[in-house]
Amino acid sequence: MKDRNVSRRGILKVGAATGVTLATPTIFTGAVWADAHTGFTNAPGPDVVTLGFNVPQTGAYADEGADELRAFELAVEHLNGEGDGGMLNTFSEQNLDGSGILGRRVEFVTGDTQTSSDAARSSARSMIERDGAIMISGGSSSGVAIAVQGLCQDAGVIFMAGLTHSNDTTGKDRRANGFRHFFNTEMSGRALAPILSEQFGNDRKAYHLTADYTWGWSQEGSMRTYTEALGWETVNTVLTPVGAGDFSAYLTPVANSGADVLVLNHYGGDMVNSLTQAVQFGLRDLTVNGKDFAIVVPLYSELMAQGAGTAIAGIPGSQNWDWKLENQLGDRYRGTNAFVESFAAKYNRPPSQAAQTCYAQTILYADAVTRAGSFNPCAVVEALEGLEFDGLGNGPTLYRADDHQCFKDVVVVRGKENPENEFDLVEIVNVTTREDATYAPDHPDFQGGELGTCNPGA
Amino acid sequence: MEAIILQILNGLDKGSAYALIALGLTLIFGTLGVVNFAHGALFMLGAFVAVTMQRVLTLGFVPEGATGTSAGGFSFGTARETPYVEHWFGPEVGGTIIDWAVPISILVAIPVMALIGVAMERGLIRFFYKRPHADQILVTFGLAIVLQEIIKHYYGANPIPTPAPDVFVGSFDFGQVLGFDPYTIMYPYWRLVYFGFAAVVIGGVFAFLQFTTFGMVVRAGMADRETVGLLGIDIDKRFVVMFALAAIVAGMAGVMYTPILSPNYHMGMDFLVLSFVVVVVGGMGSLPGAVAAGFLLGILQSFASMTEVIELIPGINQVVIYLVAIIVLLTRPRGLMGRKGVMEE
Amino acid sequence: MLGLKKSDLRLYLIVLALLIFAPFLLNPFPDTSGLAQFNAGYPDLMQKLIIFGLFAVGFNILFGLTGYLSFGHAAFLGVGSYAGVWMFKLLTMNVVPALIVSTLTAGVFALLIGFISLRRSGIYFSILTLAFAQMSYSLAYSVLTPITGGETGLQLSLDDPRIIGISRTESGNIPVPHFFGLEMNSATTIDFGAWSFTFSAGYYFAAVIFAVAFFLTIRLFRSPFGLMLRAVKSNQSRMSYTGLNSRPYALAAFVISGMYAGLAGGLMVAMDPLAGAERMLWTASGEVVLMTILGGAGTLIGPVLGAGVIAYLESIISTINENVLHQWFGGLPDWAENTLVTVVEPFVGEGWHLTLGAVFMLVVIFLPGGIVQAGRLIARFFRRNRGEVGALSGEPERRPGE
Repeated sequence: MKDRNVSRRGILKVGAATGVTLATPTIFTGAVWADAHTGFTNAPGPDVVTLGFNVPQTGAYADEGADELRAFELAVEHLNGEGDGGMLNTFSEQNLDGSGILGRRVEFVTGDTQTSSDAARSSARSMIERDGAIMISGGSSSGVAIAVQGLCQDAGVIFMAGLTHSNDTTGKDRRANGFRHFFNTEMSGRALAPILSEQFGNDRKAYHLTADYTWGWSQEGSMRTYTEALGWETVNTVLTPVGAGDFSAYLTPVANSGADVLVLNHYGGDMVNSLTQAVQFGLRDLTVNGKDFAIVVPLYSELMAQGAGTAIAGIPGSQNWDWKLENQLGDRYRGTNAFVESFAAKYNRPPSQAAQTCYAQTILYADAVTRAGSFNPCAVVEALEGLEFDGLGNGPTLYRADDHQCFKDVVVVRGKENPENEFDLVEIVNVTTREDATYAPDHPDFQGGELGTCNPGA
Repeated sequence: MEAIILQILNGLDKGSAYALIALGLTLIFGTLGVVNFAHGALFMLGAFVAVTMQRVLTLGFVPEGATGTSAGGFSFGTARETPYVEHWFGPEVGGTIIDWAVPISILVAIPVMALIGVAMERGLIRFFYKRPHADQILVTFGLAIVLQEIIKHYYGANPIPTPAPDVFVGSFDFGQVLGFDPYTIMYPYWRLVYFGFAAVVIGGVFAFLQFTTFGMVVRAGMADRETVGLLGIDIDKRFVVMFALAAIVAGMAGVMYTPILSPNYHMGMDFLVLSFVVVVVGGMGSLPGAVAAGFLLGILQSFASMTEVIELIPGINQVVIYLVAIIVLLTRPRGLMGRKGVMEE
Repeated sequence: MLGLKKSDLRLYLIVLALLIFAPFLLNPFPDTSGLAQFNAGYPDLMQKLIIFGLFAVGFNILFGLTGYLSFGHAAFLGVGSYAGVWMFKLLTMNVVPALIVSTLTAGVFALLIGFISLRRSGIYFSILTLAFAQMSYSLAYSVLTPITGGETGLQLSLDDPRIIGISRTESGNIPVPHFFGLEMNSATTIDFGAWSFTFSAGYYFAAVIFAVAFFLTIRLFRSPFGLMLRAVKSNQSRMSYTGLNSRPYALAAFVISGMYAGLAGGLMVAMDPLAGAERMLWTASGEVVLMTILGGAGTLIGPVLGAGVIAYLESIISTINENVLHQWFGGLPDWAENTLVTVVEPFVGEGWHLTLGAVFMLVVIFLPGGIVQAGRLIARFFRRNRGEVGALSGEPERRPGE
């Protein structure tokens, strides 16, 4: 039995195989037959193609969602030949010429994920069913990404994940129709370990505070693996409820635990609060085992750095991309400046890493469709799998066919001591090269699921 | 032993936040008979008084001749501004004033929150005294959403850092005072200040209710509204004052909490459910009950967060508040100190 | 007919007609017009309207009749959802066993929680239910992840050990929930000029379930048992003087209402097979309370209307972004366009919460009986003479419960 999921712009499809007829349509008018039976969900008409951008607009991540939306709008502008073209000019695949995608003008619809699996799936569904979106992108948490990825697989549209950092997105829960440009906790662990060793040495005792949900566990696991490989000892790991607010009860035992490093596997508001409070409790000023106490936050965004204020100074972490990359580390990160200039011209602010991922994903999708010559998800999947590209700001990048994960350099950053302005909050410490960040497709942390086959839907 | 003392301190600190919010909520419940779902929003508004104060104090101008700041080879916006206060009073004094933004906000918060409280009571709440609790919940919940969306519109959704003055950075060494090894029981000054502040406010409210005629009438009204009405005392007139008082208490709690919890627009909702649980565990309409429950839940929550406890009962730190609430309500029908017949119908 | 009295029958027939013709009624605007944004006739939203309607109708059996305000009803919805997905994973993709198990599991869960919570009344009862629901949510989100899928939610996978049926389709995908072969996500689109109407199998399946459940609700409201429940609300002590113990009645209402919630949860996963922990959060419980009060507690149709308004606002208003506004007002002079966009913008898109809050306030301030009261006022207005516009301040309405 075939999947059927038809949008308003889709075409007549009665459950004939089942012998159940719901309604017998007697009136056929309009040009709807013209693009009938193209064989996949939401096949676009001859003039317009609709993309669906699903970002958090309410709740704690609303600002991050707003930045993602800015990037999407910019990408759509560039695809339609407006503005300065941004990274289209530096992208190694020169198939996009500003005439939309396959000659169709790009339009977009937006939805609110509310950072909840349910709401995100519902808004993605309505974009697919009502607005005829052929691709869904965006999001700022792994739970949402995995949930929406599953939905897109079932519905037969492509999902280009936004910010999602958990291993599961391209591990246990990977799907053929889903692609992730952003990096993951495994890569964060690999990228951070050498820097941590350099800064803090190999004889350290670490105390982990971990947000009690899938991403947190994933992050803690990766950090433990790679710090313990350095020779660090893990003194204790404590799970904290999401949204705890006051972390004092978890922070006070740290000072007397004998640990000299605190790893905060928190994201968003949890990270802002736990870090601010850890600094308040004087952990950063402690000397334990003859060493200066250190705090590590494996993943943080520019917005979180802003929320943490002065507490972020000197805190190491990893990022997918930073807007200063090209100026500081040279031509390898070509595209970065083109994007930042374009983004700043429109919004008068530098883009966040979430924005860069969303922009790149949109361009990558458009390019894949162009190369494939079709919007058919299976054609797009084929075009993206194993794609080796450059010029989107991250240096040479591979979209690995085995798990639909991008492999590229990982940026290691540190909170700046005396920030010049509200945008200049982190400084680049180093990059870990793609070779070092790459893991084997059969890595045990990524098992338990499979891509399956692409689903073109109706 | 050190760990236990530390958790007691944590519990007292957390408890004082709970107690302050629950106190305001109970004042409104007990005297006005209104279920105020916008109480969390008042707490949030208080926190944003501090944020606004910080913004106002750092309001500045671009010094002549300054060039636009650039970062990483790009330039965004204008040059770094010199705050007016630093310009007027010199960098030394001006810097100190900016540094003390949060404590200064307390003084500002009192009239601001009083005004908001009066406006809310006169403009909305008073029409709902005789309406069913369900209507009160709906209207105040709507109001809470509207208030927080307005804040989101102007301040964004990201938490905003509002540090305590530099003087309070650092920790007090309790261990040495109590005869333990030095540096084993360290506690941040600001959290101690918060605890002291909460104690003063709670004491103040009790004294006000205990020792003033006004307070006496209000207490009588809490005990038996009808009889007080029959005595010819217009209890309604006092309600507006009580509402303003509750708003001030919630707002000040919000201001003082900003260095501990970087404020964001939905912090009120995060505290709302918790404060209702605290109030109910304390017993409807009982001020001492609310305070006691606040501290009880704060301390138990802190203990449940200890590694040793979590290992024993996984997930206990996630649910301890609710578990305790259930146990208390099942063993003591009207919470710790509730009176018969209040909100039981 | 059907054991209903005339006015109830009329209401029921109206509801049936609305259910059948919803795909037309919810898509009043041509596709090409700017107002197409307000069309709600697409499967996801239509299913949501039905499911939340069902949830609210069930909630109203407890709250509207007995006056017990449960603040943890979302837990039953969540438990029903999890049970449903587990049935899909383990037994069959047919929705019938899933719905039955969802309803029963939620019923058992409601029996446990109700038995304990109903030892208290008033706000103490509310907080007990809230505490149970919050505990369920927190544990589902963290410790119980192996059973609940944690943050992501419980979803189907390619290697589910489905006893009846296949783990994966020939094309290598996860099979779709179906009703004896009728797949829930299949749909038919009919184009009529500039309009297009979508007929979704899932929607009509849910509509049939809803129609049955709503019929049972009417019967329950009018039954001696329903009267008993109202007695629980109006005067418990008087009831006990007559030698009646009110608790079994309240408990029965609680369990029935929990089963409705479980059924709604089961339907949710039948339409979209993923169960997220957030649907047990207190805000979700609060939402159904708000739906019921907004529509008119204690009335038959009120909760459905309230659920409709809230689900509609959430789905439609949140998708209106600045681009759409500029399209709408594009025909106006620039200054007017920009002014209008600036004025409207805070209320749509990411500002949909603001609209929701404002609607709550306006309805409860001006229509104490909820949306149902608006209907009554309009009806009375037409019945009376023109001169008596005073109807608006007319006699007190029958009070909704608290």
